[in-house]
Amino acid sequence: MFPIVSWMVFSPLIGAFLILFFGDKNEKQCKRIVLIAIISSLISFLFSLVIFMNFQSSPKMQFVENLKWIESLGVSYRVGLDGISFPLILLTTFLTPIVLLFSWDDIKKRIRLYYFSMLLLETAMLGVFVSLDFFLFYVFWEAMLIPMYFIIGIWGGKKRIYSAMKFFLYTMTGSVLMLIAILWLYFATGFGTFNILVFLNSPVDPLLQTWLFAAFAIAFAIKVPMFPFHTWLPDAHVEAPTAGSVILAGVLLKMGTYGFIRLAIPLFPEAAVEFSPLLIFLSLVGIIYGALMAMVQKDAKKLVAYSSISHLGFVMFGLFSFNLLALGGSVLQMVNHGICSGLLFLTVGMLYRRRHTRFMDDFGGIAKVMPAFSVFFVIAVFSSIGLPGLNGFVGEFAILSGSFQSHFFPTLIATIGVVLSAVYMLPMVQKVIFGKIKFEANRVLSDLNLREWFVLVPMIFLVFLLGIYPKPILKIIEPSTKSLLLKIKGRKLLVKKRNIKKLRLVISEIAPRRGY
Amino acid sequence: MSGWIASLAMLLSFLVSLSIFFSFLLHSPQDRILSIFLFDWIPFGSLKINVGFMIDPVSSIMTLIVTGVGFMIHLYSIAYMREDISIVRYFVYLNLFSFSMLLLVLADNFLLMFVGWEAVGLCSYLLIGFWYEKPSAIEAGKKAFIVNRVGDFCFLIALFQILTIFGTFDFSDISRSASELFMKDSFNVNLLCLFLFFGAAGKSAQFPLHVWLPDAMEGPSPVSALIHAATMVTAGIYLLVRNHVLFSLAPSTLMFIALVGSFTLLFAASIALVQNDIKKVLAYSTLSQLGYMFLACGIGAYATAMFHLMTHAFFKALLFLGAGSVIHAMNGEQDIRKMGGIRSYIPKTSFTFIIGSLAISGIFPLAGFFSKDAILFSAFKSHSLAILFWFAGLFGVLMTSYYTFRLVLKVFYGDKNFKENETHVHESPPIMIFPLFVLAFFSIVGGWVSIPMISGGDVFGKFLSSVLNPTVSVDSHHNLTLELVLMFLSLGIALLGIFLAYQTCCKKRQFFSDSSVVGMRLFSLLENKYYIDEIYSLILVRPLRFIANLFFKLFEQNIIDASVNGTGRLVKSLGANLRSLQDGYVKTYAVSILFGAVCIIFLLVFNFSSRF
Repeated sequence: MFPIVSWMVFSPLIGAFLILFFGDKNEKQCKRIVLIAIISSLISFLFSLVIFMNFQSSPKMQFVENLKWIESLGVSYRVGLDGISFPLILLTTFLTPIVLLFSWDDIKKRIRLYYFSMLLLETAMLGVFVSLDFFLFYVFWEAMLIPMYFIIGIWGGKKRIYSAMKFFLYTMTGSVLMLIAILWLYFATGFGTFNILVFLNSPVDPLLQTWLFAAFAIAFAIKVPMFPFHTWLPDAHVEAPTAGSVILAGVLLKMGTYGFIRLAIPLFPEAAVEFSPLLIFLSLVGIIYGALMAMVQKDAKKLVAYSSISHLGFVMFGLFSFNLLALGGSVLQMVNHGICSGLLFLTVGMLYRRRHTRFMDDFGGIAKVMPAFSVFFVIAVFSSIGLPGLNGFVGEFAILSGSFQSHFFPTLIATIGVVLSAVYMLPMVQKVIFGKIKFEANRVLSDLNLREWFVLVPMIFLVFLLGIYPKPILKIIEPSTKSLLLKIKGRKLLVKKRNIKKLRLVISEIAPRRGY
Repeated sequence: MSGWIASLAMLLSFLVSLSIFFSFLLHSPQDRILSIFLFDWIPFGSLKINVGFMIDPVSSIMTLIVTGVGFMIHLYSIAYMREDISIVRYFVYLNLFSFSMLLLVLADNFLLMFVGWEAVGLCSYLLIGFWYEKPSAIEAGKKAFIVNRVGDFCFLIALFQILTIFGTFDFSDISRSASELFMKDSFNVNLLCLFLFFGAAGKSAQFPLHVWLPDAMEGPSPVSALIHAATMVTAGIYLLVRNHVLFSLAPSTLMFIALVGSFTLLFAASIALVQNDIKKVLAYSTLSQLGYMFLACGIGAYATAMFHLMTHAFFKALLFLGAGSVIHAMNGEQDIRKMGGIRSYIPKTSFTFIIGSLAISGIFPLAGFFSKDAILFSAFKSHSLAILFWFAGLFGVLMTSYYTFRLVLKVFYGDKNFKENETHVHESPPIMIFPLFVLAFFSIVGGWVSIPMISGGDVFGKFLSSVLNPTVSVDSHHNLTLELVLMFLSLGIALLGIFLAYQTCCKKRQFFSDSSVVGMRLFSLLENKYYIDEIYSLILVRPLRFIANLFFKLFEQNIIDASVNGTGRLVKSLGANLRSLQDGYVKTYAVSILFGAVCIIFLLVFNFSSRF
């Protein structure tokens, strides 16, 4: 069988190494580099489309490849995908060429290194999604960190060093915890393998689960980010170059939620159920808190960054309500958030490259000078608000209506977030594109150039497609989430039984001592 | 050009809905339903949500109103917006609105209806803020959207409840199984209906979610006519009527709806008494008329609510378009204190405006007379508390005719309060006048489809009877004398209102002396709309902003982030201090090694001894 998954994962890497052979001294050379970068990411996108065409609606891992790697440790190169990872893979391969194209107007220094890092990042991200081996997973997970660190630290804004450092240290803390947990799991179970599928199929002893789950959960919660581990996000998003912010918000944050649904929940279902009240509470806090923070921002990019915290809160809420509709909605919402936050960062980036400011008060009346841009901007905002018919709605609705069935009051609180999203988003529209033109500098802004059209149109296309006809992607998501949920539900009963046993044990231990 | 294309599209749509309407007339009542399935929208697990349309007599009436009145307003807009450079954008929004409204009306399930519901909200937002360089317009648009979102919050909760209970969003399935799943007047059904009603109240601007509608008058006048009078704001009524099966299982909620409706009708009418902006008066009047419709729904007279919805669409659209024509004639002036006596300049506009005013005031034999009287009559004979509702409605009639004719007299009659040589008052072009006459015609004859006194005269109610339970419409054994008495009473009250308006505006007679303290207080209370906006700002908007700011400045920056940075600094200083350990002096290392060795020996000894 043709190893299509590996080709998809590594074709950006091939592009990245190709780039190293070219110079970036003059414009012609630079153009060549960008072209190579875009083509190699497009090839990856094409591979993912081929997979999409051949994807079967089943809960099984598909397109699995297995190569021996370090046999003595039980490490192998094992990749594959299913209905949970594949939507995110599509999102990654779709977003990367777009942000590479977008970077052409933005990145003016050390171009070769920049595109090298971006392509390396893509391979690493795809690698995380397809890994079915803990060792491999961890390698890709860490590999993601380095290019992102450079992207923020070299091509970022004024506070880039601080932000890059903060991002790095935060994520590193989580990774270390995760590494410990992986090793613990490896030695405690004694399977002698790092194969994730083996672990998924053989339940971990519930007594071990608590600490393992906690370690994984903290690692992923930092990535999501969940309140109160979120403060790296506004800094990193704001300081990163636009393309970096898009990838950060679009894909890297999903690493956290993906980690929960792929590893933390199915590996430690009892612990997940046990911890779910806390995690639901934190995600609700995130929804409301993120919205409140977004409400008072003056910097458009920061506003969008805080809105991500609020939106990811919905995803986490959906994951931990353990309801099919909510779970499916969460996976879909990961994709949707990638698109709408990406779109928002792109549009804000377009403003920034024209005016070199992100403060909303520096704009006003942009609709007059940039009409085409304004249309896209308004669509992006309403997609983020969750207007039905656009992509944001379907996932949000599925999450909330699903979780409503088991969590009445939490859903009420989460739904307040839906109202608040209009409260923090609309003032941005009002300040930026409506009103009178207050500054002379805004009077001469040029509308979208051809490249920007190419960047925005595919995104908008997806906004409408996923809003109006989400059926194909739902068909991908459904079987995997269903089987995951069945697994958890089955275990939940076990928990109850075991608790009763434990209780009996306790009673039988206490009882004799009391002399009964 | 853009206007003609847009109008043509509306005309086409109107013709289609007309043909459906006539085909319904030809069919027997139970066959009056058409539905088509387009595609699966959200198929997930056991949930199947389709995109599909359904048209029955109720939605047929709605489509006729949306496309018919919409077409007239489109025509009118061609001339009204002619000089605006953004005319293309205007018609794009207007047609997007018409599409969304039709989606709302024709949807065969709740969620698709919600798509239309939100989309009309979006169009309303865009059209209120159409003149986006005006800060107040944008502010009003934003307010409309956010207040509507509060209503949508309740709507969403209702949708979740529906999904949990019924497992489907399909209107016909829900209506079919509602009585099996719900006990009459049980807590669950009341809760569901209450949330649905709050959703409806947001869109239809009922107290306390009414605050956005008066501000929405910042939009162009034809928009006010189409969206904020004839169609979008009636979506809430449509929602109630569409789900009347559910609501009739929840009598307590219906009582509440009737209470809110009658309160809103009085509340809004009283504000309208003293407003001086021509469009604001009409806006409050719309609120008040919507209150009548909710009152009708609340007492179970759904067909009557639909009837009033239809006649209101005619005369209120007429009034708004007339107001637009007046504003156009006065070069943008909206303050009625700066008008007066312009009847002779714009005879056609004033003629049609007066017809609209007579219709809304409920003067025989115009449309408003029949529909309002039907509501009053249903209220009178429905149940024990009904006399209260009837009285509220009657008092509403008095205020309605007063504020409407106060407007008419101040605008078209009396002294000229403007400089004639500065404002060249001029009649509008024929393309604006034509819709006025069409709407005026329907404002007269629109009510004749339901004349209850003539046996079999309730053609309208019969047309809807296949959908709306016939038992709730006016039964045939009613007391003719009683009805005639009530009719004359309401007609008399309406005429009294006009007379009072005449007395105050033309004879300058004062009923409340402005100088008395109570009069002053009352007047300023009304003029400031009972300070509702200020109250909301004080208890909602500002506290929210304050809390958000507090959290950001205090909690986010000084606690969370500071502790994160603090950890970083701690590690750094720890490292700096620990560095002194590695100072390169052999003697320090030797001492350390010695210390370590002692510790190890100690441990070994301790372990060794403990093992035995």
